[in-house]
Amino acid sequence: MTVTDSVRSALEVDKVESHLHPQGSFDVASHVVPTGREEIWRFTPLKRLKGLHADAEFQPSATACTWNTPAGVRVEGVDGDEARALRGVSGLVPNTRFAARVLAEVPSTLLVDVPDDADVTEPVVVELAGSDAGVTEAGHVVLRFGRHSRATVVLNHTGHASMAQVVEVVVGDGAQASVISLQDWADDAVHLTHHQTLVGRDATYKHVAVSFGGDVVRMDTNVTYDGPGGSAELLGLYFADAGQHIEHRLFADHDAPRTKSNVMYKGALQGQGAHTVWVGNVLIRKVAEGIETYEENRNLVLSDGCQADSVPNLEIETGEIEGAGHASATARFDDEQLFYLRARGIDDKEARRLVVHGFFNDLIRRIGVPSIEGQLMSTVEAELAKNVLRDV
Amino acid sequence: MSKLEITDLQVSVETEDGPKQILKGVTLTINDGETHAIMGPNGSGKSTLAYSIAGHPKYTITGGTVTLDGQDVLAMSVDERARAGLFLAMQYPVEVPGVSVSNFLRTAKTAIDGEAPKLRTWVKDVNAALEQLNLDPTFGTRNVNEGFSGGEKKRHEIAQLELLNPQVAILDETDSGLDIDALKVVSEGVNRFRSQEGKGVLLITHYTRILRYITPDFVHVFVDGRIAEQGGPELADQLEAEGYDKYTKAASV
Ligand SMILES: Nc1ncnc2c1ncn2[C@@H]1O[C@H](COP(=O)(O)OP(=O)(O)OP(=O)(O)O)[C@@H](O)[C@H]1O
Ligand SMILES: [Mg+2]
Repeated sequence: MTVTDSVRSALEVDKVESHLHPQGSFDVASHVVPTGREEIWRFTPLKRLKGLHADAEFQPSATACTWNTPAGVRVEGVDGDEARALRGVSGLVPNTRFAARVLAEVPSTLLVDVPDDADVTEPVVVELAGSDAGVTEAGHVVLRFGRHSRATVVLNHTGHASMAQVVEVVVGDGAQASVISLQDWADDAVHLTHHQTLVGRDATYKHVAVSFGGDVVRMDTNVTYDGPGGSAELLGLYFADAGQHIEHRLFADHDAPRTKSNVMYKGALQGQGAHTVWVGNVLIRKVAEGIETYEENRNLVLSDGCQADSVPNLEIETGEIEGAGHASATARFDDEQLFYLRARGIDDKEARRLVVHGFFNDLIRRIGVPSIEGQLMSTVEAELAKNVLRDV
Repeated sequence: MSKLEITDLQVSVETEDGPKQILKGVTLTINDGETHAIMGPNGSGKSTLAYSIAGHPKYTITGGTVTLDGQDVLAMSVDERARAGLFLAMQYPVEVPGVSVSNFLRTAKTAIDGEAPKLRTWVKDVNAALEQLNLDPTFGTRNVNEGFSGGEKKRHEIAQLELLNPQVAILDETDSGLDIDALKVVSEGVNRFRSQEGKGVLLITHYTRILRYITPDFVHVFVDGRIAEQGGPELADQLEAEGYDKYTKAASV
């Protein structure tokens, strides 16, 4: 197991030409179609994206979208001027062609609006159930948490789809917002998604990405701050099977003083050709004095033939920071752990099961939504049944 | 009924310079109800003996046999050995992140017994075992060995010994790193275990002090991968006074 830690090692990361100051643009024409040689596309299997990164037609959606509406919350599909006004509401200026296209071409927006001061205990659950991966489609989602509000929104992606998506999140000053995005797709799904969040002054934001299904899932999760004191906790859990490509790119852009980011992603891989990518970018701008950031990625490789890429990247433009660090580790089953469990009579399969559950447990407990936590435990179980627990 | 028989056991480990022989022919029989102490200097191969009996993959058996009540232990997998009635309290218990002590204990008990323990009595048993070893009741919610102090790890091993109740217990330096109170608590646990009918104990230690609380039937001096001498409890007193010098010198010539 290799673990890198501390600011020092982070600072020693070679300064490749920084891609963290992209010149974004709403103009689709200004974004050339990626070739795969670009820093931000180098891990992604473009050929399998069904053209979503390029110029695939955004067809009428084949994905059913349903939701619950807890009292006091507005959840609605909006069009026209209202939808247009929501484009870029999170401060997003697209740095990819697909994001620019989604903003330019998708006429409607799914809006979840939590009013100022609302305290909503029941999670808003939006079900996105795809029916046809042969249809290339796109969606724009806006989650707006009013000042000092508290609420949780779950986006649950299931079924068959080829989807380009932009999710914009605005967390008002002092709000406590949680966004959980589940990628529990069928095997043939392709999902290219960009989550952009603006964290308000003294607001607390939790973003949880859970990716299990799909042929290719790539999620870019970016956070910027709308004032000092904002805090973002970015959690992720993924499980890649044979042939699956699951990619998470994080970008915490500390552009305000005394802001915090805490990134923790854990993944397991099993089966031939399972590929996961985690890229954790943190930028601490000159103005961002007194910030704290920590990012960590751990991967557990459960079989041969898997590839886990893990790239932490910290760029610091001010010396006045409270703390910054990162860790990245990719490991196989620990023989000593397995031996200890088996020396207590626990058979090999059961021991592996315990270790994998243990690996994810602390992360799952941090999600903070009991129904989701329970569901994830069973999903982990189901994934394990496919490989680790299978009779060989 | 339990009889652990070790005959001419030879064990090597893989090193950068090829295999290195650690155990050079160990013969030892633990009959029904007996407690044997193995004492020896650092590096003499005590843990190697314990791990080899338990089946750790790092060790290669190059000769000899180990049987438990006539069954071939070396042919069994690690977990089969445990289910056959062997227990190893480890010198360095391993952390298992994210797995709670209570989940671990329940899973182990279920595996050993072949059925899940009755919930009511089990919870009581676990609480009693933890309490007897001076472990806080909240211990069950902590992750296995994660952040445990040295003493807590050892007491946790003995709590497992009592709950899983094997036929033969191998205790690898369970006494090291314990203060005097913890040593007493641990010794009482081992004594409760061996006060039962027919339980065997192989107590590996560096120091004689634990033998004041757990009186062995036999003492073996272990030097350079072999048993250099054996005797009764009085041999421990002699080691206390004279140390291992005379044996290590003999071994190096
Ligand atoms: N991978 C290895 N490569 C080389 N030598 C090894 C390896 N593993 C173990 N050994 C050696 O085997 C010998 C026996 O080790 P073992 O742990 O069994 O000793 P011990 O008697 O339990 O010592 P202690 O009292 O320190 O616990 C030691 O000399 C040790 O250095
Ligand atoms: Mg030892």
